[in-house]
Amino acid sequence: MSADTIQEARRQIEICNACRYCEGYCAVFPAITRQKAFADGDITQLANLCHNCRGCYYACQYTEPHEFALNLPKVLAEVRQDSWQDFAWPPQFGKVFHKSGVAITMLIVLCFSLFFGLSRLVMPANGDGFYATLSHSMMVAVFAPAFLLPLVSIAISLRRYWQFVGGGRLTVAAVKSAFANVGRMKNLSGGHGEGCNFEDEDRFTKLRKIGHQLTMWGFLLCFMATSSGTILHYGFDIKAPYSLISAPKLFGVTGGIMLTFGTIKLAWLKTKADRKLGDGRVWGGEMAFVLLLCAVAVTGLLLYAVTGTVLVPMLLAVHLGTVLTLFLLMPFSKMAHGFYRLAALLQDERKVNNDSR
Amino acid sequence: MKNEPDLVIVGGGNAALCAAITAAHAGVRVLILEGAPKDYRGGNSRHTRNFRCMHDGPLSVLTGSYGEDEYYDDLLRVTKGNTDETLARLAIRGSQDSQPWMEAHGVRFQPSLSGTLSLSRTNAFFLGGGKALVNAYYRTAERLGAQVLYDAPVTHLELTQDKITRVDYTYQGENLTLSPKAVVVASGGFQANIERLVAAWGPEAENFLIRGTPYNRGDVLFDLLDQGVQSIGDPTQCHAVAIDGRAPKFDGGIVTRLDCVPFSVVVNKHAKRFYNEGEDVWPKRYAIWGRLVAAQDDQVAYSIIDRKSKDLFMPSVFPPITADNIGELATKLGLDVSTLERTVADFNAACQPGEFHPTELDGVTTDALNPPKTNWARPIEDGPFYAYELRPGVTFTYLGFKVDETAQVQGPNGAIRNLWAAGETMAGSILGQGYLAGFGMTIGTVFGRIAGREAADYVR
Ligand SMILES: Cc1cc2nc3c(=O)[nH]c(=O)nc-3n(C[C@H](O)[C@H](O)[C@H](O)COP(=O)(O)OP(=O)(O)OC[C@H]3O[C@@H](n4cnc5c(N)ncnc54)[C@H](O)[C@@H]3O)c2cc1C
Ligand code: SF4
Ligand code: SF4
Repeated sequence: MSADTIQEARRQIEICNACRYCEGYCAVFPAITRQKAFADGDITQLANLCHNCRGCYYACQYTEPHEFALNLPKVLAEVRQDSWQDFAWPPQFGKVFHKSGVAITMLIVLCFSLFFGLSRLVMPANGDGFYATLSHSMMVAVFAPAFLLPLVSIAISLRRYWQFVGGGRLTVAAVKSAFANVGRMKNLSGGHGEGCNFEDEDRFTKLRKIGHQLTMWGFLLCFMATSSGTILHYGFDIKAPYSLISAPKLFGVTGGIMLTFGTIKLAWLKTKADRKLGDGRVWGGEMAFVLLLCAVAVTGLLLYAVTGTVLVPMLLAVHLGTVLTLFLLMPFSKMAHGFYRLAALLQDERKVNNDSR
Repeated sequence: MKNEPDLVIVGGGNAALCAAITAAHAGVRVLILEGAPKDYRGGNSRHTRNFRCMHDGPLSVLTGSYGEDEYYDDLLRVTKGNTDETLARLAIRGSQDSQPWMEAHGVRFQPSLSGTLSLSRTNAFFLGGGKALVNAYYRTAERLGAQVLYDAPVTHLELTQDKITRVDYTYQGENLTLSPKAVVVASGGFQANIERLVAAWGPEAENFLIRGTPYNRGDVLFDLLDQGVQSIGDPTQCHAVAIDGRAPKFDGGIVTRLDCVPFSVVVNKHAKRFYNEGEDVWPKRYAIWGRLVAAQDDQVAYSIIDRKSKDLFMPSVFPPITADNIGELATKLGLDVSTLERTVADFNAACQPGEFHPTELDGVTTDALNPPKTNWARPIEDGPFYAYELRPGVTFTYLGFKVDETAQVQGPNGAIRNLWAAGETMAGSILGQGYLAGFGMTIGTVFGRIAGREAADYVR
């Protein structure tokens, strides 16, 4: 981790601890006021607790040109980014993917070709629907490792994070309230429930929170669609394609629509927001990630729309290509933030509970 | 200017914005002339955190009740009676319905900040602090059609008989004039004008730090007083507290405060003590230390504690100067080593046993020491030792316009028909001396609203 960035964050956090005006905005400030001295692990924990809602920038009387030069959303974003990169496993991957939207795009292209190639070469003997294009076992052979390996990687990263920030045993209560925080995105509510500052300077709006919720829940629904498909396939020997009134379709179509709108909203907001209040180094990578999620959703929905036509093979290749990219990049892309945020919220709940005891 | 405004508001802090919003609500064409650039808009109001609010029962984030008489008694105590009862009660009563008004115009409140529990009944805290309040008000004012010019200091208001006939201001390097129907002055005190402070207080004022905005120079205040407008408030006095000596000259704000005095011994540049550090709980004594330090040579003092007291007060923005023994600390501070050692040794020897209570008057005192320390007198003996440099930090000046109950400014021959004043620039009428936490924003809000209403009535 960059010692300079951490030191700069520490300098700013110590000013905040003497001020505390932003205490009501989010979980970061109450966490600050519980301490007087901040180790590198504490700073990293605070950085991962921050949701970049920017309330504390626009409300701060010490932003530049003031000599105290406060810009907490930015410096915490940088520390956060560095931490994800440093905890990433395998480490070299972290470096490559974090900074470049270009690398992400190239990988997608690579996956596309792979799929086009595969679907031409390995023609299945007896398949229906999608499997007429690509055999089920072929899909499993590619996707099972592409899904499991990133999860292993993330588990390793989170373990390292947990050790670095001094995490310990969790209680049921802490887990419950951390998940409730995520579910409601409490830290994007500005402390007064009117949302955050993002696309229009100091105006509070719910747009980002709504965009994020659509994206998160949309993604989870799509994920449930795949899971339920897997269960039907293996548990009940019911194979795709599924009818509209089936768990995979209901989850998939609803989730796909939510994910599409959510990501378009987030991408649009991102173009409006002041780049100087985030980590400028990864703007492109974050944007590419949002667009990738959008591509997953759109191609998934299109695939359903063109069922039975000649477009299926091509669209399927594109869709699976994007999904594959998303999975593979999970530990190294912005996707990782969900895991780290959850870990940070859990650690915060632990500390709150320990304090009140 | 394409739309000649009906009402010009001089200043862009809390009082100015409350007046602007009220008048714009009434359909008046309002122009705000803010002397500061946009980044520094909002004067001292951007540094605030709460306002003091009367309430007959629980109100928003305020607990219990805080009635008019208790509020007024608190005011009498700090001002030693140096107030105008009619205006004071107007401000106090007005605070109660100002709270919902503020909320309706974008201000958000939160329970008192950690470390300020003592204020949770009397003061409502702004979520995000004063700059968040100012931001919300600018949005509201502009939504209601008020125009704002930044970097537009007013240089002169022309008084002809009983009316203001011309407003001179500069904008983008140009000297411009306007002739609106009415004017509200809300441009604060003159504490950022060091030459004026020196003239009023003496050469010591050179060494004062200004806690808030560098833009409150009193230009409009003196311009009008020079034209015979009536003033109120002692022109030689300012409210000053002891802050960290390393704070910036201007705009250091809240983070430069130091709460360590009651747990320390305070010495001057001759390494001698000069006042009872344990006289009362800190919030009550906070304000006198500005004057005490101002009276010392070079307007500097040093507050010294040992390890025992390090974590007893809110963290400060600058780290303390640290040493393993008093001699080394003296060297680091540039004080005479043997004198400081003797001062601390004498103090330690005079400390009487007793049970130490950091948050209440514990009566742990010194014996036969001059000056005594009458509470929290624990020997300074456990290294490492820590020191903070103290300097006077000016919050505001007392000189202001004399106004009546309608916030109308009083000229040489009675009321000026189209001129109102609000906020710090007229607060001297109510706060003749001392200060009551959160009362500055109350005066600005209540009289800002009154001034806006009266000016709007006049214009229409
Ligand atoms: C660090 C600090 C903390 C404080 N905390 C609190 C608190 O918590 N609660 C509380 O009640 N009070 C507090 N106060 C006092 C409070 O700040 C003032 O009482 C209050 O802000 C006064 O409001 P105002 O609108 O009259 O003046 P200001 O907010 O100072 O506004 C004056 C405005 O006039 C502008 N101006 C000046 N000259 C000109 C000119 N010639 N032409 C055009 N514009 C001009 C300035 O740029 C500024 O915008 C605090 C003060 C300081 C310094
Ligand atoms: S961001 Fe600024 S206003 Fe907020 S707590 Fe920190 S120093 Fe204070
Ligand atoms: S940007 Fe938002 S979430 Fe992050 S520290 Fe500031 S107020 Fe909290």
